[in-house]
Amino acid sequence: MPERAGGHDLADLARSEISLRRFLHGLPGVDQVGAEARAASLATRSIKAGAKLWAIDAAISMVDLTTLEGADTLGKVRALCGKARRPGPDDPSVPAVAAVCVYPDLVPCAKVALAGSPVKVASVATAFPSGRASLAVKLADVAEAVEAGADEVDMVIDRGAFLAGHYALVLDEVRAVKAACGRAQLKVILETGELVTYDNVRRASWTAMIGGADFIKTSTGKVSPASTLPVALVMLEAVRDFADASGRAVGVKVAGGIRTTKDAIRYLVLVNEVAGEAWLEPDRFRIGASSLLNDLLMQRFKQQSGIYAGSQDFSIE
Amino acid sequence: MARFTYAPAPESRAVVDLKPSYGLFIDGEFVDPFDGDHFKTENPSSQEVLAEVSSAGAADVDRAVAAARRAQEQVWGPMPGKERAKYLFRVARILQERSRELAVLETLDNGKPIRESRDVDIPLAAAHFFYHAGWADKLAYAGLGPSPRPLGVVGQVIPWNFPLLMAAWKLAPALATGNTCVLKPAETTPLSALLLAEILQQAELPPGVVNIITGAAGTGAALVAHPGIDKVAFTGSTEVGKQIQRTLAGTDKRLTLELGGKAANVVFDDAPLSQAVEGIVNGIFFNQGQVCCAGSRLLVQESIAEGLVEALKRRLETLRLGDPLDKNTDIGAINSMQQLDKIRELAASGEAEGAQRWSPSCSLPERGYWFPPTVFTDVVPAHRIAREEIFGPVLSVLTFRTPEEAIEKANNTTYGLSAGVWTEKGSRILYMASRLRAGVVWANTFNRFDPSSPFGGYRESGFGREGGRHGLAAYLKGAFGNDHG
Repeated sequence: MPERAGGHDLADLARSEISLRRFLHGLPGVDQVGAEARAASLATRSIKAGAKLWAIDAAISMVDLTTLEGADTLGKVRALCGKARRPGPDDPSVPAVAAVCVYPDLVPCAKVALAGSPVKVASVATAFPSGRASLAVKLADVAEAVEAGADEVDMVIDRGAFLAGHYALVLDEVRAVKAACGRAQLKVILETGELVTYDNVRRASWTAMIGGADFIKTSTGKVSPASTLPVALVMLEAVRDFADASGRAVGVKVAGGIRTTKDAIRYLVLVNEVAGEAWLEPDRFRIGASSLLNDLLMQRFKQQSGIYAGSQDFSIE
Repeated sequence: MARFTYAPAPESRAVVDLKPSYGLFIDGEFVDPFDGDHFKTENPSSQEVLAEVSSAGAADVDRAVAAARRAQEQVWGPMPGKERAKYLFRVARILQERSRELAVLETLDNGKPIRESRDVDIPLAAAHFFYHAGWADKLAYAGLGPSPRPLGVVGQVIPWNFPLLMAAWKLAPALATGNTCVLKPAETTPLSALLLAEILQQAELPPGVVNIITGAAGTGAALVAHPGIDKVAFTGSTEVGKQIQRTLAGTDKRLTLELGGKAANVVFDDAPLSQAVEGIVNGIFFNQGQVCCAGSRLLVQESIAEGLVEALKRRLETLRLGDPLDKNTDIGAINSMQQLDKIRELAASGEAEGAQRWSPSCSLPERGYWFPPTVFTDVVPAHRIAREEIFGPVLSVLTFRTPEEAIEKANNTTYGLSAGVWTEKGSRILYMASRLRAGVVWANTFNRFDPSSPFGGYRESGFGREGGRHGLAAYLKGAFGNDHG
């Protein structure tokens, strides 16, 4: 069935630069003050007791445990994979994380380390993080990751093209990458810190979704600001509205700067109250993070035992 | 069963020290009323009696006014502005320091969610004292003439919807300008004003500068009719406002009235729709719609009406109604049985007159006074729910086709307190703002308050402004070289 939005066939929209541009600019604007006030108001929700414990486990199961450093080694990736399979070595009730996220050349290593576990291997690609390369190079990057067994590909959009108004170029790249992904899931990183306005975030979200994104993702983590609550709010509204229009549910991944359980729970509240509880699943919501996991484990232990464990009680990878 | 069910997160009541009974605050002391009359104040969310409160009779009003007069002539009037400012700054700081206590007490006595009393009522009350403290020694530079003088003793009667905040709106400008006050809080919500009286003692405000007399309508009537006061400031219903105006006719007392409203919230097809939905929710469901400037009439451009109402209904399904002390509660209790009856009667009239009634699926607690968020569609301008102030969580949705029609419909009311405009087109905001007959016009927001921004109405919404330089003028004479400011 063709995807439809506001009476348009979504495939039709992309036939010309003009129709795509008209559609994106016809989306309702985002009032910055109002969007930020709404996000701030939801951030005051007080999540306690059983609700907190549920949220902690949900958050753990949604983590994309990430290492994206020039200094990454096989050893580092193996350590991370060990943590991802079994975040609580002493407590089998702690769920596994959703995925481990690495650079393409480390996919084979992660694949071996995670063999037999439900944890997915995600790879960044398309000249991450800047995206400044030819399409051929980007597609080769994707192909390498997919051939090495990546279950998920995190691509970056061409922010330069987007800001210059070349929406069709951005869309074509997303489509080409989606095709190159084969059976791998595609996450499209908008790098909202470079798009700056919420209107741009909404338009980029729709562009990525029309292009076939399985997830839209806030940030690379290499640009400040990375994910913020209002940006996540706008993206969650976009996936909700896109699902209404097309019947296809796209996930959201927030990434960058999410370090504490409190931060993570605020995002879950936002997901719950904006997109709805159908999005409270690892196939519809992810949190890209590294140090967050240990804070979640520490808070989980505190909720269950009533005491705070020391940082030495949790492994550091 | 919802996946993510928020566990109860009640704010602790322990921070509030409720006394079994309260006296009248006159001349710096808590005193018993002469005739010993008392009444009870209850928690509207549970009908639990919170305390006994004194009812001031005519003799009590006499001594309160006499104390205020003495204080005005001997202490507060002659005091240099910079000294008055110090007291006001001190009160503002204590309000902040004791904000949690005030918020819990306000929620107990009024029924509003703790999220609102904590994040709106109490911070704004403190802000009004801070703002006016800054004016106290600069009145000559307020553009109201070279040496504006206080009026004398003012009688202030305030409503139950924002008990502490309304007290701050009334007291702060009156005190900054050198007047002394006799304040009559609403019968159903006296407790935060009595805690404020303790705070005034803590701030060592000179005796008699502020007197707080509790009681029902009779106490208020005795206060406004008292020959010893120079000005009446009233916030409340249009009906009582009219009575006060009759009482004051032929006297030389000054009067400001802040009365009812039936505000239009106008949404154009080019509006930021997600934020407009938030603005509609905030406009009519903030404080259970018990707000004089509530956006109770949604005027939406016909071309987007269907989708907007759908989005609004989806949003309303996420509202959390229940224990006002729970930090996650969005919709609290209605303040009194009397008010609940009025809301029920008007909502029933909406159905009887043919409008479509809708509420989200939410269960109401068994005890206490509750009304679910309610939206009426298919409303026409002739319906009572489109004309009369409901003062409850009830929204009437009407449509329009052109900006001219929107203005015509928005202005088609006996009130004129506030209005909202939602559009991404800047020129349209200015066009609308200059034509909407309302004291406050919000653009792409609603129910925003700031002490520097004058607030007040046209027509049956009253006259006079509170806040900003305009608000100072209401408490000064000699302003602009005459006595009528």
